Parts: sequence; C-alpha cells; structure tokens
Amino acid sequence: MIDEIVKEFLVESHENLDRLDRDLVALEKDPHAKETLASIFRTIHTIKGASGFLAFGKLEAVAHVAENLLSKLRDGIVAFTPEMASALLATVDAVRFMLGQIEATGQPGDRDFSGLIGLLSRLNEGIHASAPAAMTPALPAAALSPCGAPVGAPEPATATTSSPAPTPSGLFPTAQMPAPPPPPHEAAAAGPNETAETRAAAVTDSTIRVDVGLLDKLMNLVGELVLARNQVLQFTSQSADSAFLATSQRLNLITTELQGSVMKTRMQPIGNVWNKLPRVVRDLAAACGKEVRIEMEGQETELDKTIIEAIKDPLTHIVRNSVDHGIERPETRAERGKPAEGCLKMRAYHEGGQVNIEITDDGGGVDYELVKQKAIQRGMITAEQAARMSDHETLHLIFLPGFSTAEKVTNVSGRGVGMDVVKTNIEKIGGTVDLQSRMGEGTTLKIKIPLTLAIIPALIVTSGGDRFAIPQVSLLELVRLEGEQARRQIEFIHGAPVYRLRGQLLPLAYLNRELKIQGKSESDTAAVNIVVLQADGHPFGLVVDEINDTEEIVVKPLGKQLKGVASFAGATIMGDGRVALILDVLGLAQRANVVTEVRDRTLSEKAVQAHKTTNTRQTLLLFEAGQGSRMAIPLSMVARLEEFTPSSVEHAGAQEVVRYRGQILPLIRVSKHVPVVCDTAIEKQELMQVVVYSEQGRSVGLIVGRINDIVDETVTVKRHACGNGIFGSVVIQDKVTDLLDVQAVIRAADPSFYANIPANKAAA
Amino acid sequence: MSDSKQYSTFYLNGLFFGVEVLKVQEVIRYQEMTRVPLAPRMIEGLINLRGQIVTAIDLRRRLELPPRAEGQLPMNVVVRTDDGAVSLLVDEIGDVLEIQEDTYERPPETLNGVARELIQGVYKLKERLLLILDTEKTVGLSTAATCAQEIAN
Repeated sequence: MIDEIVKEFLVESHENLDRLDRDLVALEKDPHAKETLASIFRTIHTIKGASGFLAFGKLEAVAHVAENLLSKLRDGIVAFTPEMASALLATVDAVRFMLGQIEATGQPGDRDFSGLIGLLSRLNEGIHASAPAAMTPALPAAALSPCGAPVGAPEPATATTSSPAPTPSGLFPTAQMPAPPPPPHEAAAAGPNETAETRAAAVTDSTIRVDVGLLDKLMNLVGELVLARNQVLQFTSQSADSAFLATSQRLNLITTELQGSVMKTRMQPIGNVWNKLPRVVRDLAAACGKEVRIEMEGQETELDKTIIEAIKDPLTHIVRNSVDHGIERPETRAERGKPAEGCLKMRAYHEGGQVNIEITDDGGGVDYELVKQKAIQRGMITAEQAARMSDHETLHLIFLPGFSTAEKVTNVSGRGVGMDVVKTNIEKIGGTVDLQSRMGEGTTLKIKIPLTLAIIPALIVTSGGDRFAIPQVSLLELVRLEGEQARRQIEFIHGAPVYRLRGQLLPLAYLNRELKIQGKSESDTAAVNIVVLQADGHPFGLVVDEINDTEEIVVKPLGKQLKGVASFAGATIMGDGRVALILDVLGLAQRANVVTEVRDRTLSEKAVQAHKTTNTRQTLLLFEAGQGSRMAIPLSMVARLEEFTPSSVEHAGAQEVVRYRGQILPLIRVSKHVPVVCDTAIEKQELMQVVVYSEQGRSVGLIVGRINDIVDETVTVKRHACGNGIFGSVVIQDKVTDLLDVQAVIRAADPSFYANIPANKAAA
Repeated sequence: MSDSKQYSTFYLNGLFFGVEVLKVQEVIRYQEMTRVPLAPRMIEGLINLRGQIVTAIDLRRRLELPPRAEGQLPMNVVVRTDDGAVSLLVDEIGDVLEIQEDTYERPPETLNGVARELIQGVYKLKERLLLILDTEKTVGLSTAATCAQEIAN
C-alpha cells in the first residue's frame, strides 16, 4: 500500500503535469516566452527532485534528461523546436504513465524509456532525431494514432504540414535567441527564478487541500440543517412568542449564509477542465494533418464539482469532434477562402441561474444532406420524413444512438457512440444541449446546466391531494384562468389542449392525468392553474390543482427501485416533515408528448406571416366545411380559432353576427359558398367552430364544421378550379383536400367587406 | 454444539418470516407515507426516517399475497441493502429468535411463483415453519411481474 507521502507526491505531480501540458503548448506558440520556459524548468526540476527523494529511479532518470534539455533551453544554448515540444510532451506522457504505475504497484514499472531518454539527449546536443520511430514506444499509442491510419503505425505524431523543416545545424539556434549573452542571462534567470518561487509560495499559503469526501459530508450536513431550519420556520408561523421568532430568524440567516459558503467551497472554475484541452487539440490536429487553435473565454466561470466531473468527458468529446470532423484540412480551408488555421472557441458564462457553455468551430458545418442520408441508411427515418425535415430537426438526428457520419471509424471519434452519450450525460445532470450549424461556416454547440444540484429553489404545487416540487430553473411563469375564461381559452387542436399565451400557442399537459392520479373534480366554474415550464427550450403549460409557494428544497435521490419512473427527479422533505416528489420537467414533457418536434414546429408557426408564395411549403389549417368535405387554408390567414354557441349568433340585417371582443364579428357559413356534400351536421353542433380571418383591421368569422389539424406540407395544386371559392385541390395526409379561397368566399358573402379597402391593397 | 443465527421475525398473512438480524436497521410502527404515482404497485410510498427518505415496499404485494384487511396498519421493518435503507411493510412484528442451524432446509418444492425466488430457506421450528427472506432479492424488484408492470405503465 502506498503511504501518505507518496499519495501527496502523486497528487502534486499530476497537477504539475497538467501545468506542463499547458505551458508546453503555449511555448510552442511563443518559443521566446521566458517566463513559461522558466516555469517548465521549475516543474520538471521539482518532479526530478521528488522522485529522487522517493527512490523512483526510472522516473528520476527521465526527468533528469528533460531537465538538462530545459536548462539549455532556458539559458538559450539551444533553440526551441517543434520536435522538442513533442519530445517534451512525450516526456510528460511517460511521467504520467509511471505515476499510474506507482499508484497501482508502488513502483514506476518496467516499461523501457531508453528511446525517449536517447531522443532527449540527442536534442540536448542540438542533434535532431532522424529516427522518429524511437518516440513511439513512449507514447500511449491509443491517444495519438492519426485519423484514418491503422492503429500503431509508426508515423511520427509531429508530421504537421505547417511546421518548418527542422534546421540541421547546432550553430543556428544561438543566433535565434534574443541578445543577452549566456552569463548575464543565467544570472538574470536565477533572479526572477527566486522571486517567482517566493511568489508561488505566498499563493499556496492561503489555500488548503481538502478531501472531497469531507466536503461532501459538509454539504450533506448543511442540507440537513436547511431541512431542520424549514421545519423551525413552520412553527414560527404558528407562534407568537417574540423571543422564539427572533431566535429562529437568526437561525434562518445563519443557515442561509452557511449554505451559500459551503456551496462555494465546492465550486471550481471551469478552466480546470478546459486546461487540458489545448493539449488535446494540439495532438489531435497534428494527427489529423490540420491546424487548429483554441480560444477560451470565461475560464473563471464556476461550477459545482460534481457537475465538472460530469461534463469533463462530454466536453472532450465535443472538442475532438470539432477538430476531427468539423474543421477542414488547410487546403480545403484555403479553397473556401478561410485562414489555414481553424479556430475553436470555448465560451462559458452565467445566465439565469444556469451555466452556459458554447463551443464554436469555424469549420465546414454540418452537411445536412449527408446526415439525412446516413439516418435513412441506418433505418432511423424514412426518405419521406427526411424530405419534410427542417434543418434544426436534422441536426437532432445526430443525437440519436448509433449515429455517425464518419466515413472511417478512428480511435479519435466516429465510433457512433458519441453525441447521444454526450446528450444523455448532460441531461442526467439536468442540463440541455443544442446544436446550430451553418453550412461552410461552422458549428456551435450550446450547453446549459443548472448551477447546483443539491439545494435548489422550487415551486410547490398540489395535484390530486399530493404535493410536488418543480425546480424553479424550469419555471417561466404562472397563469391563472378563472372559470368561464378557462373553458373558452383552452382550445383543442386535434384533440390536444393548448392555450394561447400572448399569441403563442402553448401545449398543455394535465399533471393529474400524466401521473394517473385523481385530480380535483373539474367543475365548469373551477379556476385553472397553469404553470408555464420549459423543457429542452420548448415552453409548455402544466395544469395543476393548486399553486402553493416557493421554497428552497434539498434534493434527495430516489432509491434504485424508483429510478425508472420517468417523471420524477428526486424527492425532498417539506417543512412539515412529509415527503414530496420533485418533478423531472423534461421527462414529464416527453411523456406528455408536448415537446415532440413536429408539434412544436406547427404550433410555433403562428400569427400573420408573409405569404410564402415562392416557397412551396406551407402551414395549413385543415378543417371540414361540412361532413366529409376536407378543406384547407394557409395558417397565416388564420387570426384565431374560436367556438361559439349557436345561441350567441345574432342578426344585423340579413347578416349573421356575433359579439366578439367588444366588437361585432360578421359570420360567414363556408358551407353555403362552396360545394359540399351535406352540411346538416353543422346545424346540430352544440358549439360552432369559427375561423377568424382578419385583414386591414377588419375581421370576419368563417363557420366551419370541424377543425381537424395543422400540417406543414409541400403544396402542389393538383386540380385547378375556378370560382366556387376554391383555389384547387391538393392531397394532404393521403386525402383530397380543397384549398379554400378565403377572399372569394368573403366577397361572395359580404361584398362590403372589401368596399372600404382600396382595390390595390385587397390583392391576394 | 452446532452454530446458531439470530433472526428478526414478523408475521405476514398468517405466515411467519425471518430476516437476518444484522440486516435489520430498525423496526418502527406505521409511518405516514407519500405515494409515488406511476411506480410499480408494490411500492407503497416514501417515508421520512429522521431526515432520510426511505422507500417502503408492501411485502404482501411483493409476495403476491392477498391485501391487508381494511383498517389494519402495517409495521415497518427497515432493512439495510446495498443501496441504502428500504422499509418492508409487514402485518406484525415478532421476536428476535436464535435458531440452530441444523433445522435449516431448502425451501419446499411446493413453494412456487414469487415466493420461491425470495425465500432463501426454511427453519422447522417446534410449532411452525420460519421462512427466511432474501432481502437483496426482495428489494431488487426484478421479477417477471414487475417487468410487465413497468411496460404497462
């Protein structure tokens, strides 16, 4: 078993190696950065010293040679070449490997690093390696095999098209180094060396290493304290004892502050995860023959440690994807007029209680056609569905399991297990992933994750007599509809309830129905409470019996027996000691079918739009004028859908009208103006379905038999008809449907409608 | 003498069951439970055990025994499992018994269905049989019946 000192050595060394990775990549970009060079030297020196002290001979040997090389670099005796960078990075990998061995077996292991040592020595002398194969034994083969090449092929990982050929002379380097001749340089280097070290020491004094398990325990205890505090607060509402109230108020304040501080201890800057990426990008770009630089913004954005652990792998995968598939080879980029070096931008920031992470590359973007083809090939969608898909939907195909457009499966990516696992991992911690792409320009991936998992503010609601908690992060707003308003304003499109919220159609789900529990009796005059939530960026409304209040709750996981229940994310203990379930908003929305892409698309294309006459795809409202006569009009012509009872129809002269929103709405029975089979069905209806059409501030209501559906279709008129109020016929959902000529019908029914509108404005 | 083991015992539908005493965390009276909609039917609900949320499994349903009589409140036998504490709802609590191993036998062939999976063995006591329950399998919930339930949900 390894003892404490070795453990500490391992932890510190891993940190040092991470720093080395960063520094070496930075040095490659700027070989004259003295401070970086000095830092690298110090780090290797530390590792060498510690491994010597702990008698890890092999490790010490490798570190020693590297240190020699670095010493010469630092003193300006040799110049820094990309070959050296690779050799030094290989050293870092070798050290990492040996650290792993020490952790497992207590000793650096048996692997032979003499090749690496030889290489470093030769570089030391200013002789450049002629046998790149010598490097491969030291490299973990899996991480660096080039894209498309068989694994283990002895190709040098440094074969980038951009690097200048290494100059074969040992004399040339001295001319490259900046002016100061060696002796003063050494003295000068010694100076900043010391002050930098003392500076470093000062920084380490104000921080302390803490075991993560201890922090977890602290977090749990604070969680329990929050619960107890909630219970105490419950009693205060019933008590008049002022001393008790004062004390419990103090308890409340202290608990809140304590909670905030403990949560802060677990927060780490996302830079900790990102810092490994420059190395990953460098190695990968080299292996693929591409040039990529990485830019990072917002490294100091803080996240809870558990979240950082969860997104490490997904982020790495996304970055690898961008380099491997997104960014093109320099030749291709040149053809497209882009700079040879591709750019990968990482951006993180806090917004609205969540952390946003954006990864943008300026590569070729997603090839929508290719994606569709692959999906068809894999039987995920039919050719028909592919033709109807929007670009946004196509992108989401990439997140389906088993999907990959990579022609060759490489070790890097393209095994088809990537993006769906990324999405699942992120959704597991309550986050969302969104992909946007512009052909030829690049792709952006946006991730949103909640700031913390353990203690969250939540809205408490009641349904079916039970209380449920809804995480506030998903909450958009609350809507209350009183009795009659509720009945009228909840509309049904193809059987599904929707509510119009400021012009947007919001799909509704009833909590008691989704959970199959008895809701309160839905009497006609009962008020309806709608909680407007968002899942995956799509808003929807959840109808509950009662809305209680907002509280900070401690999230406790459900036992494994309940993990499979889709609609719950956990449970919590309320102030009165009883257990309440926490709703999983995304899971609930998916079960209730309120966030499927098709529905979202059709419901969101609402309000008066410009006629897309040049575009053959139209959104159409399907209805029946009379029994069996299927008709359609463009949705853009529909202002709203209403229902009226026949008794509310009045007459103004010969014209049927109804009072509507403080105005008088003339009504037109469509069946009277178009050829229909039989319209007696309409007369018998209890409620008239009316399509309200508005133009230039004047409205008219078209009475139809039944509203069927809203579809998005490519409209090719199959049969033209003149007059009779019909434009022509199309085939929609395998049935012949007539396109209603609304304006013709209105003109036939009420010529005065257009009388006050100048002729040129009343054009179709 | 031969070895003996201690068992915490309880009654369920007239049958006498036992669980290794080391596996039992505590035994408490009826607790108010919060039901979990959409969960498998044998999950009666969740209880608050000193700040811990514990899943309660109705053993009668788990063993496919007839339901409890109207008004009869179950007791909780809280057992330790690999993932934490789980409460088993039983009719009545019995004593802790120390039993000689030599009376232990495999479950009788006549036992079938769910019971066969969950009962590890039987002790032949003076007046009755003591059925020993496999707690891990009981709380594991993975039987054909539960799978069918999940699909139906």
